[in-house]
Amino acid sequence: MTLLGDFALWAAMLIGLWTAAMAFFVPWQSRPALATSITRGAHAACLALLVAAVALWRGLFTHDFNIEYVAAYTARNLPDYYLVTAFWAGQKGSLLFWAVVLSIFGALAQLLTPSRHRDLLPYVAGVTSVVLAFFVGVMLFGDGANPFERLPFTPPDGRGLNPQLQNPGMIAHPPTLYLGYISITIPFAFAIAALLARRLDTGWIIAMRKWALASWLFLSIGITIGMWWAYIELGWGGVWAWDPVENASLHPWLTLTAFLHSVMIQEKRGMLKRWNVGLVIGTFLLSIFGTFITRSGVIASVHSFTQSDVGYFFLAFLFVTAIASFTLLYTRWPALAPEAKLESMLSREGAFLYNNLALVGIAFSVLWGTLFPILSEAVHGTKISVGPAFFNRVNVPLGLFLLLLTGVGPLIAWRKASPANLRRQFIAPTLGGLVTLATMLGFGMRAFYPLVSLTLTGFVTVTVIQEFTRGVRARMRLHAENALLALVHLVGRNRRRYGGYVVHIGIVLYFIAFTGMAFRTEQTVELAPLESATIESPYGHTYTLTHLGVSQYAALNRHVSAATLDVARDGVRIGSIKSEKRQHVDSFGNPTFEPSTEVGIRSDLREDLYVVFGGTPDGTERAQYKIVVNPLVSWFWIGGVVLVIGGLLTMWPGGPQIRAARRIMPQAGYAVPLASVSE
Amino acid sequence: MIDRRALVRGALRALPFAVAVRSLGAQEGGASPDTLQADLLRDPSLLGRLRDPASEYDNDPVVVSIERRLRCTCGCTLDIYTCRTTDFSCTFSPALHREVIAMVKGGQTPEDVVAALVAREGPAMLMAPPARGFNLAGYLVPGLVMASGALGLAAWLSRRRMAVAADSPGTGAVTSPPLPAPDAEQMERLRRALEDVES
Repeated sequence: MTLLGDFALWAAMLIGLWTAAMAFFVPWQSRPALATSITRGAHAACLALLVAAVALWRGLFTHDFNIEYVAAYTARNLPDYYLVTAFWAGQKGSLLFWAVVLSIFGALAQLLTPSRHRDLLPYVAGVTSVVLAFFVGVMLFGDGANPFERLPFTPPDGRGLNPQLQNPGMIAHPPTLYLGYISITIPFAFAIAALLARRLDTGWIIAMRKWALASWLFLSIGITIGMWWAYIELGWGGVWAWDPVENASLHPWLTLTAFLHSVMIQEKRGMLKRWNVGLVIGTFLLSIFGTFITRSGVIASVHSFTQSDVGYFFLAFLFVTAIASFTLLYTRWPALAPEAKLESMLSREGAFLYNNLALVGIAFSVLWGTLFPILSEAVHGTKISVGPAFFNRVNVPLGLFLLLLTGVGPLIAWRKASPANLRRQFIAPTLGGLVTLATMLGFGMRAFYPLVSLTLTGFVTVTVIQEFTRGVRARMRLHAENALLALVHLVGRNRRRYGGYVVHIGIVLYFIAFTGMAFRTEQTVELAPLESATIESPYGHTYTLTHLGVSQYAALNRHVSAATLDVARDGVRIGSIKSEKRQHVDSFGNPTFEPSTEVGIRSDLREDLYVVFGGTPDGTERAQYKIVVNPLVSWFWIGGVVLVIGGLLTMWPGGPQIRAARRIMPQAGYAVPLASVSE
Repeated sequence: MIDRRALVRGALRALPFAVAVRSLGAQEGGASPDTLQADLLRDPSLLGRLRDPASEYDNDPVVVSIERRLRCTCGCTLDIYTCRTTDFSCTFSPALHREVIAMVKGGQTPEDVVAALVAREGPAMLMAPPARGFNLAGYLVPGLVMASGALGLAAWLSRRRMAVAADSPGTGAVTSPPLPAPDAEQMERLRRALEDVES
């Protein structure tokens, strides 16, 4: 099977190169058969890579430990579902996973794109094929990057999967994040195709919009599940540590979010065309940059793959792609001139511009902080890293400004807001913010940033409620519908708009959860059996935790040492909480990794009680614990669900078609003789 | 010798008493009269290396604040406090913790402790590098870029507005192609919608 896998990789690379060469260097425009052949190249490459994927999975499931990758990431006693996830657990497998998914997306882009954009498809196939050939080339030519590499001997068992990856979060986190990274290639391919074909109206945007939304959604899900995994698995009690690899996933998410807003200006007003192409190119480059960070080891990270020269392939690809893409953009610069002019800074367009400024500003500051160790090493020979304090200092104000704009944007009219419009729109949301502020002050909150954050969440929430309420009421009056039907029809006929508002609510919930993290309390304790420790909750509760003892037992592929605490809140017993040390072993009972820790969490909507069993000082049941009270953490996960619902709503097929591709919209609406309305 | 199951059963039976004692003011983290003798584990090696015994300095705000300013030298990118309370296999952070405690006990101020460790390990040990020299760029560049972006955006918007004004002298309105006139039904719907919005 490894021979077949190798052959499939070579076939995929050659097909990719052929497809790209045909797309870029042969005049296919006047030869429909050749254009069809190019698009079929995307399907053929997909088929070849699916064969390679099956070959690797077969090796994983048959425990073919002669394959170096199988021996390095699996063992005979590894549960079957982790044999599936082992595919992307290591550098080599994740490269193949990337290539397979990209080939599937490339083929789907050819199949799903409406025929009116047919003239872009050969270029799209060309771009995806170049990226695909690059990834497969890395596997074939990179040092130790081929997943089908064989060992000179066959070990009786494999090393097994890193215990921290043996977690439900890691089943879903890497693939969703990869899906986000990878699917960015499709919007990028459409942007490049539009530039090459000189089809610079809004057609390419309509053709790729759902891909951009899908990328954004996958990235959002991947980041959120990554936060959940970090929280439940790593044991430090937080969700985001500003680690370089974490930051790398945030960069494209930020620029893609900026694009999803600014693209509305292009669709409505024909403006910001250059900016939008630039954002799509930048987002793709940032996804490749993230891959470089993860795989090069150039910046220290707890999430990196093993350091290898593979990263430098990505660096070279990054530079070549950046130069080629921006040169192409430059050559099409005059054709991307705006069709309309901004009339007022106090308009929806203005709010979106500020939103883009904040999002790109945050992306830059995070990128700057991430790259600072490299820059400082280049300047004075020492890698100086900036920690969470730097990122928080720079990004918290920007994030709050962004939250403000999340509420302001929907309230301002397109083109130019009148004072009457502003008054009417802002009264309720402003009151909502002020009531929230007064409530928090009443509860004794005095910290500046949390107060600002919660005030703004109140403001944004009322904005969204107001938008829904007005829309429903208008439909109830115009169509004589009941409230529920009006809501369903309102959302159904304006999925992007109201799905977007639901996403805004998801973002509000994230901010609430982040605000809660500012009030976390923690301590470390050492307890003998039946000894108790107390910890205060920010809400004023007192948790009392009584150590019940440590039990040791064997389970599946590990030995477990479980420490149990009985928990009481304000003197009332609420249950128990268990944290474990796990020593994973191979099928011969030999330890495979250092002991890992499983945290214990008792969670409700207000706060989490988070316990980590650190070990014992003397080999007895005397146990050391880290105990954390984390307010509002659950709202991260609820916010994530809301955000996904909003994203799916936005993407849901059907609904009114936007025909912006074929028309120029100098002005929205009708010319209304106002005198006749008032008569 | 009490086996594990007997210990847990005993613990559960003793729980109400323990809660009562606690409510009367049992000491935080301290030994109370009803605690059991900690039994030896069947296989302590399954928990990894033995931990240093807890000390009153483990949660000391001064010690914690010092440790949060300094990076663990194991290469994990975490600060000393987070590393020693998270990565229980790390041997660097417990050793650094002992050093910090020793220096604090010896009467050194937090600044002295940080300076001593940075002098030995290098400036890379600081979680937040001092704002001087090239490090200043680390702190200032994001703000400068944002300010430049905001100024650029304002200048661009201002130029656009002037261009709009120049396009339509006298009225300030945008030149647009003729617009379709609404029919009677649309006018009626608009009127009702406007009424609704106004209400």
